[in-house]
Amino acid sequence: MPATTETVLGVFAHVDTTVRALEELRAKGYHDLAVYTPIPVHEIEDVLERDRPVSRVRLFTLIGGLTGTASGFLLTIWSAMQWGLITGGKPVASIPPFVVIAFELTILFGGVATLIGLVTLAGLPRFRRSPTFDRRFTNDRFGVAVHCAPERRPSVREILQSAGADEVRP
Amino acid sequence: MNDSPAASPTFADVNRDVLETLRPPGNLYFGWMCIVGLILTCGILAWTYQIYMGMGAAGKRTPQMWAMYITSFVFWIGIGHAGTLISAILYLFRARWRTSIFRAAEAMTIFAVLTAGLFPLIHAGRMWFAYFLLPYANQRYLWPNFRSPLVWDVFAISTYLSISTIFFIVGLVPDVAAMRDASTGWRSRIYAMLSLGWEGEHEQWRHYRRAYGLFAALATPLVLSVHSVVSWDFAMALVPGWHSTLFAPFFVDGAIFSGFAMVLILILPMRHFFGLSAYIHDRHLDAMGKLILVTGLVLTYFYICEAFTSWYSGDVFERASLFWKVTKSYAWALWLMYFCNCISPLILFSGRARRSPVVLYVVSILVLIGMWFERFNIIVPSLGHDFYPYTWGIYKPTIWDATIVIGSFAWFFILFLGFIKVMPSLSVVEVKETLPPPLKDAARAGHH
Repeated sequence: MPATTETVLGVFAHVDTTVRALEELRAKGYHDLAVYTPIPVHEIEDVLERDRPVSRVRLFTLIGGLTGTASGFLLTIWSAMQWGLITGGKPVASIPPFVVIAFELTILFGGVATLIGLVTLAGLPRFRRSPTFDRRFTNDRFGVAVHCAPERRPSVREILQSAGADEVRP
Repeated sequence: MNDSPAASPTFADVNRDVLETLRPPGNLYFGWMCIVGLILTCGILAWTYQIYMGMGAAGKRTPQMWAMYITSFVFWIGIGHAGTLISAILYLFRARWRTSIFRAAEAMTIFAVLTAGLFPLIHAGRMWFAYFLLPYANQRYLWPNFRSPLVWDVFAISTYLSISTIFFIVGLVPDVAAMRDASTGWRSRIYAMLSLGWEGEHEQWRHYRRAYGLFAALATPLVLSVHSVVSWDFAMALVPGWHSTLFAPFFVDGAIFSGFAMVLILILPMRHFFGLSAYIHDRHLDAMGKLILVTGLVLTYFYICEAFTSWYSGDVFERASLFWKVTKSYAWALWLMYFCNCISPLILFSGRARRSPVVLYVVSILVLIGMWFERFNIIVPSLGHDFYPYTWGIYKPTIWDATIVIGSFAWFFILFLGFIKVMPSLSVVEVKETLPPPLKDAARAGHH
C-alpha cells in the first residue's frame, strides 16, 4: 500500500452495475475495497469472496461447542463425585442423564462463542462512522469505496462511472 | 401465487413501510395497552397475595402439587417453539415465505419463554430461593442433582432463552441500522446505539451470514431438545399417564402446533393494523394453516397412540387412569381438548378456510385453548388418580392462581405490544432479500 491513499466512492442503484464495477476494479488490480450493501448479495459475494477462505466465525463455534460439552461432563461428574451417594444401584457418575446437561451447554457455549466471534471479526461495536458510509447504503443503494494512490483517482473514477455509478465522489 | 398483480415493493418501499409501523400509536393501541396493563396488575397483586399467604392460596395441596402453574409453564414454553421453528429450521430449509413473519415469531418466542420462566418461580413459592436451582459453589458442598429432569429443565430453558435472545438480537442489528438511517432525532440516536454501528460493509456481512447460519444450526437441535426435556419432567416419573416414551415427540409436536396458532393470533392483527398485506400475503396464511393442520393431525395420531398404549400395556393403573380421565371428573376438559386440537383444525383442509383470516383466527384461539387443556389433562387428572385410592384427589383452581395465569397472558401481550412499536417487527433485510434484486439490465436477470 502506498504511503498516502485516497478514497473514491461510487454509489450504485443496481446490483448488476455494482458487480460490473467490482469485476472491473479487480481486473485492474484494485483490491483495497469497501463494499456497502443493504442486504447480503450473492453476486457481490461471488466476486469478493473469490479465492478467500470462508469466515472464521465457525472456528469460534466449534471451540465454544467443544468447551461446552467438556464443561457439561466435568461439572456433572465432578459434582456427583463430591457427594458419592449411590442411588438406585447406579454408578455415581452416571453418564446418560449427564448427556442432557452436556448437550445444553454445547449449544449455549457454542452460541455465545459464535456471538463473540461475530462481534470481534465484524469489528462491532463501531463507535465512529466510517467516512465512506452513506445512510442510503442501508436503504436501497450499494456503495463501492476504493482506496488508491492519489494519481490513480481519475482512472478509478472512470471505472466506476463507466460501470454505471449514479454518483462518484469526491 | 401472489395475490396482488401489482409490482412488488422496492427496497425503499420496505424501509418506508417498516418505519411506518414505528409511528406514534393511536388510541386503539393505548386502549389495548391499558386493558392488558390492568390485567397484568391484577396478576401481580395476586402473586403478591400468594407470596404473603403461602401456596395454600393457590389451591396447592396433595396430590396435585403441580397444577395450573406447571400447565401454564409447559404451555408457554411450547408457544415459543414455533418461533424458533420459523426462524431457524425454516431458515435452514430456505423456506422463503418465512421472511415476512419470522421477526414477529422470534419476538413471540422470547416473550413466551420469559412468561414461561416466571411459572417455576411462582410455583416455587419462596421464589427468592430460586438460585438454589443453579450449580454454584457453596460452603455445604451441595450441588444440584444432575440426574433430575427438573435440573435438566433449568439448563434447557436457560439455554433456550439465551440462544433465542442472541439469535434475535443478531438478526435485529442490520434492521435497526436501517431504522437508524431512515429516522431522525433522538430516535435515530437510540437506534444508532442499538445497531452497534452496523454499516452493511461486506466485511461485516461475510461474518454475519456465516454466524447467522451457525446460530440457526445451533437453535434447531436446541428447540427439539427443549420440549423433549420438558416432557421428561413427566415421563421420568412413574405416575400412570406420564411414564411413556411417547412423550418427547408428542410434546414437541404439540408445542409447534400451539406456537403456530399463537403466531397467527399475533400476525393477523399486525397485518391488518399496519397494512402489511404487501408483505404478509394470503399464501403466508395458507402455509401457516397447512402447518397447523399437519401438526394437528400428527397430534391426533399421538392421542390415539397414547390411549392405545395405555390399553395395550395391560397395566391396571394405566388403564384405570385413562378410564378416569375419559369418563370422570375431568372428562369435560379431555373432550374439550379433543375437540379443539383434533376436530377444529380439520376445517383447514379447505383452501378457502386457510386464506380466511377470520377462520384462521377462530381456529387459532380454539387450538390455544385445546393445547392449554392438553397440559392440564396431562398434569392434573394424572396426579389426581394414581396408584392408591387414598392419594386420589380433585384440584379446584382458586381466584388467586387463576388470576396469575390470566395475568401471564397480559404480561406476554404487553411485551409484544411494546415490541412492535419500538423495533422493526418485519425484517427489513430479509424481506428485501426475497424481493427481485434491483437490476439495470433486466435481460441479465434471468440467471438469478
